Order: sequence, then C-alpha cells, then structure tokens
Amino acid sequence: MASNALAKRRADETEARIAGLTLPEGAAWATEARQAALTRVTAMGLPQKRDEYWRYTDPTSLTADAAPTVPVMPRDEAPVFGEVERLRIVFVDGVFDAGLSDPLKLAGLEIETLAEATAKDIHWAKDLLGVLEANGQSPVPRPLAALNTAFASDGVAIRVVGKPVKPVAFVYLQQAEQSDVTVHHVIRVEPGAEMTLLESGPAAARLSKVLEVDVADGATFHHVRAQGRAHERRAVTHTFARLGAESTFKSFTLTANGRMTRNDCVIELTGDDAVAHVAGACVGDGADFHHDDTVFITHDAERCESRQVFKKVLRNGATGVFQGKILVKQGAQKTDGYQISQALLLDEDSQFLAKPELEIYADDVACSHGSTSGAIDETALFYLRSRGVPHIEATDLLTLAFLAEALDEIEDSRLADDLRDRLEAWLVRRR
Amino acid sequence: MLEIKGLKVKLEEEDKQILKGVDLHVGPGEVHAIMGPNGSGKSTLSYVLSGRGGYEVTGGTATLSGVDLLDLEPEERAAEGLFLAFQYPVEIPGVGNMTFLRTAVNAQRKARGEEEMSAAEFLKHVRAKAKELKIDADMLKRPVNVGFSGGEKKRNEILQMAMLEPKMCILDETDSGLDVDAMKLVSEGVNALRSPDRGFLVITHYQRLLDHIKPDVVHIMSDGRIVKSGGPELALEVENNGYADILAETA
Ligand SMILES: Nc1ncnc2c1ncn2[C@@H]1O[C@H](COP(=O)(O)OP(=O)(O)OP(=O)(O)O)[C@@H](O)[C@H]1O
Ligand SMILES: [Mg+2]
Repeated sequence: MASNALAKRRADETEARIAGLTLPEGAAWATEARQAALTRVTAMGLPQKRDEYWRYTDPTSLTADAAPTVPVMPRDEAPVFGEVERLRIVFVDGVFDAGLSDPLKLAGLEIETLAEATAKDIHWAKDLLGVLEANGQSPVPRPLAALNTAFASDGVAIRVVGKPVKPVAFVYLQQAEQSDVTVHHVIRVEPGAEMTLLESGPAAARLSKVLEVDVADGATFHHVRAQGRAHERRAVTHTFARLGAESTFKSFTLTANGRMTRNDCVIELTGDDAVAHVAGACVGDGADFHHDDTVFITHDAERCESRQVFKKVLRNGATGVFQGKILVKQGAQKTDGYQISQALLLDEDSQFLAKPELEIYADDVACSHGSTSGAIDETALFYLRSRGVPHIEATDLLTLAFLAEALDEIEDSRLADDLRDRLEAWLVRRR
Repeated sequence: MLEIKGLKVKLEEEDKQILKGVDLHVGPGEVHAIMGPNGSGKSTLSYVLSGRGGYEVTGGTATLSGVDLLDLEPEERAAEGLFLAFQYPVEIPGVGNMTFLRTAVNAQRKARGEEEMSAAEFLKHVRAKAKELKIDADMLKRPVNVGFSGGEKKRNEILQMAMLEPKMCILDETDSGLDVDAMKLVSEGVNALRSPDRGFLVITHYQRLLDHIKPDVVHIMSDGRIVKSGGPELALEVENNGYADILAETA
C-alpha cells in the first residue's frame, strides 16, 4: 500500500516535471538518444526522499517544476582560475555565449557546441551522448542524469586528439534570478591524448549538469572545478567517466556555499592499469547548506588504482554527505582502492553523514576506506595561540590545514594555490 | 618581571588541586630553574601561566611586568612577551613550519602595533637563526613538528623563541630527548637570548642543562608548592642525593 502510494507519487511528479519540457531538435541519432533517455526517466521515475540513494539528501528542490528565485551575485571577485592561460567557453544562464567565449579553436582539440554536434547526421558524439549515462544507471538509478540527457540543448562536445597547450575552462554565469539550467557535455580523449578541463561559476538558480568523459587507452583527463558562490543556488551534477587501459582520470571539486549541491561521480575502470582519482573540498556555513558527494567507482579490469579523498568543513548547522562506493568485479585482480572522507565540524549543530561502501568479488585486491568527523584539535589550537596567533586566525589555519590533504590531490600547483586562496578568503570573510 | 603570588590551581573537570600556593619572582635578566619530582606541578604551572584551558585558578595572582596574566587570552599573553617552550611540542599536519613562524611573528607585531615583517626580511632572519640551531631548510618547509625527532622538536621550540624574542621565556624540560651536541646548541641558543631585560624560567630534571645555562636561583617544587629555593648548588645537591633529603627537611 505504502509502496503503491510512493510509486504513484513518483509517477505523478515525473509526469509533472516532464510536462512542460520539449526534446531539443537535432539529427536522428541525437533524437533517438534523447528519446531513449526520456524513456529511462519515465521508467525509473524521479528520485523521492524515501529512496535509499537519497536517504541523506532531499531531492525535492532538484525535482520541483520550477527553479527557486536566487539573487544574482555581484561579479566583484577576481574570476576563478583567472591567472591561468585558458580557453574560455562561457554559458550565460546555461546558454552558450559566443561573444563572451574565446574562439573554439585550440590545437589538439575539436570543439563544438552540443547544438552543432547534435545537428550533424554523423558525429562521434553518437557513441557517447547518453551512453555512459545509461551505463551508469545500474546498479543504482540516476534519473536526474537521464532527465538531463533528454532535455539538455546546450553544452559542449570536445574530441581530444593531441595535447593542447592550455586548459579549457567552462564558465557558468548567472543573469536571471530564476535561471533553471540544463547543460550536457561530452568529451572523448583519444588514445594517448591529454586535456585539462576547468569549470567555475555561480551557474544558476538551479543547475543540472552532466559530463560524459571517455578516456581512451593511454589518455589523460584532468578536471578541476569550483562550485560557488551564490548562497541560494541548487545544483545536481553527474560525471560519468569510462577509462581505458593505462589511462588517467583526475577530478577535483571545490564547493563553497549553495543551498543544495549533489555531485554524483560514476567511474568505470574498463582497461587494465588505469588510474582514477576523485577528490573534493567543501566548506559550508549555516543550516541552509547541504552538500552531497556521491561516488561510485567500478573496477572491471586488472591492476587499476582508484582513490577518493573528500574533506568537508561544516559550521553553523551545515550538513555534509558522503556516499562512496568501490565495486570490484570478478577478475579485477590487483585492484588498489582507497577512500577517505572526513569532516571538520566547527560546532555541534553541524553534521556529517557518511556511507562508505566496499563490494568486492575478486580475491587479490587491496582496498581500504575510512571516514571520520571531529572538531578542531584543541591542543594544536592552544599551541598556535601560545605563539601569539589569535584564536580565529589559528582556527582558520587549522581549517585550511585540514583541507590541504584534499587540495594536494590537484596536480597543477597554480590551480591548487588559486583554490586555496579562495578558501582562505571564504574563511576570512566569516571572521 | 614575572611575579607569582600564592597561585592555586585545580583541574576544571575534577576536584583535584594541583598547585597549592606557588610564590615565585623572576626579575629582569635573571635565570631561575625549577626542579622537582614527576607530577609535582611544574608543567601545570607553565600551562597556567600561558593560558591553556582545563585548569581553574582558585587563588593567587600572576603578573608579567605588572600586567595580570591570568585575565588574558593565550595570544594576548604571548603578545605581552610570554613564551613557553613545550615539554611536548605539538605536531600540526598541514601547516608549514615557515607559515607558522611568519604568522606568529606578524601576529605579535600586529598586536603590539608594530609593522609586519616583510617576507624577504623574515626569510633572512629565520634562515640565520635556523642555521645557528642547525635546523635545515627542509625542516622549515615541513609541517610543524610532523615527523621531527624528539631533539628536532626541541630545537624548533628554541627557533620559535629566537624569532619571537619574548620578554619572559619558560622552558619546560627542553633538555629532555637532546643528545650532548644538541644540548649545547640549545643552550647556546638560550644564552644568546640572555639579556638584562629578559627573564628565564627553566624547568629541568638534570643538572647537566644548568651547566650550560647558569641559573641565578634554583627552586624545588613538590606537591604543588615551591618548597625550597637556593643557588646553583641546590641543583647539584639534587643531582647527587635526589629529592629525599630536601623533601624530608621541608616536610
Ligand atoms: N589535564 C589533566 N588531567 C588530569 N591530571 C592532570 C592534568 N594535568 C595535570 N594533571 C596531574 O597534575 C599533576 C602535575 O602534573 P604536571 O604535568 O604539572 O607535573 P610535572 O611536575 O610537570 O611532572 P613531570 O616532571 O613528570 O613532567 C600530575 O599528577 C598530573 O597527573
Ligand atoms: Mg612536566
């Protein structure tokens, strides 16, 4: 009875959400992909508060018919990664803005907008758009990702064929107070090729973003993003990555502010000797803040390494969530899996909810995971203060030290320094 | 300079009196040593003076150059010129030693209304001091005390002291864990700081340190009180005969 009621509500909500939306125009293959995604959404239905995978995070604001009204933050801060040479691709309220963007040309890359790519009768993106997303629907359904695939009309398609001299940066700008953004990117890194992707911006009143990345044999993909800064914004993001043999995927996310952020990262290691690192640093202030990192890494090849490092600083009643899973399939011998999630709770009202999981079907693997939450180390605090460092500065110093282990996951020190400075500024603003 | 009168301290969490009326006066330019059996309250005295939590002052006063220490936050006491070299220096992963030193030096300068030290000036200064204490560049870069040997931690304490140039230095068993050469280095570091307007309170179990850092006065602490004070010969007496005689005669 209860489950019938739940199914009914799920179906009703899904129908209501879809009702006002239309599939974007495109070539036959694209329409097919989008229609298939729509079929997935209808079959799965949108997430409900009662779902196991949404146990710690209420999806209501992400599934609601309309985005909330969110005041647009003044652009008074130096842009993130501003000091780094990069090719900027700018979205305003989720719409690609050619005028604000750099020309989409860089040696080693083929860059098109999603609209351009999906308009072509034959395109490499056919093998990617909605494919990794569909793959990532089992064993856990991710209906919001399928919803995104079905209705996203904007985004970027990048084929990496060489080693571009600079990173590509997606910059999301918000202009409308009720901007409800859906963007979808597909990236294929060809064998032996390399790219770095940066993402930044307050984004939108509500953002749904899917990134599908296919990292071919021997290829490398680096990803660093900063999720700021508006306090009222909501976001759900999905990263789906498939890794070929001897490939590398490294992703780091900084999150500050935002009322609701759910970042799903789904990685499949399909070729031997591949390496996947996912890390995140998050700072949250206030009972309105809710941040959820959900990671699912599947080892389906031998001698692969995966590493998850997530650190959260929570204060004034903020909530942090970590759901991290390592699934080692039969035959994925010599898997090296590591996972750590830690929260620094700056007061007793804040909370950290963690669900680390290991599921292992191979016998020769080394997997470890740990999860902790705790307060500031009083002994260290006194030591600093006894040297004349004021209480608040000492607390900030220890807070940054706590986050440092996550920031250390970023290979490019310029990027790491930039984010570190921002975290420091965030703390200083709250003194 | 440092004036302690009838200081009584108990633990905040339990009903345990640790200091039972300590009287001590360290004048400018003087070096005082405190010796005493394990658990007699020496470290507690140093912690209470520097403002560590967990203790409750139930009586008495402590002033530094007339300023009531017990009323101040730990960082304010530091800015007043009080420094404690910890018996067990604290490891702080993720905070670079250099960052730590610079933050501390500049915080104190700021609190005193002085200008902050420029990065270049600081670097020059810290390198020179580190060299004197045989602290290599690598130790300056590493996180505070993390992975330092016992002796390295103690030398790092003295480096901090040298950088902060405090008025009143308390050294809590800085000699423990030091090899003979390190003991000499540390003592030289301390002696280099000796000046007519700076006071020292040196807590130790061993006469050896006092061979290098010559005290003006030696105190014996037992069960939360200073039970005897005298000249350097008192340390020799402890070294030779232990505490039994002294404690018996004062009991
Ligand atoms: N936080 C605390 N909790 C419980 N007991 C404490 C605490 N701090 C101090 N004490 C007790 O107070 C007494 C004095 O301790 P203190 O560390 O000051 O001695 P000490 O003279 O420095 O000894 P040592 O020579 O071994 O370093 C001891 O009995 C110790 O166990
Ligand atoms: Mg002691």
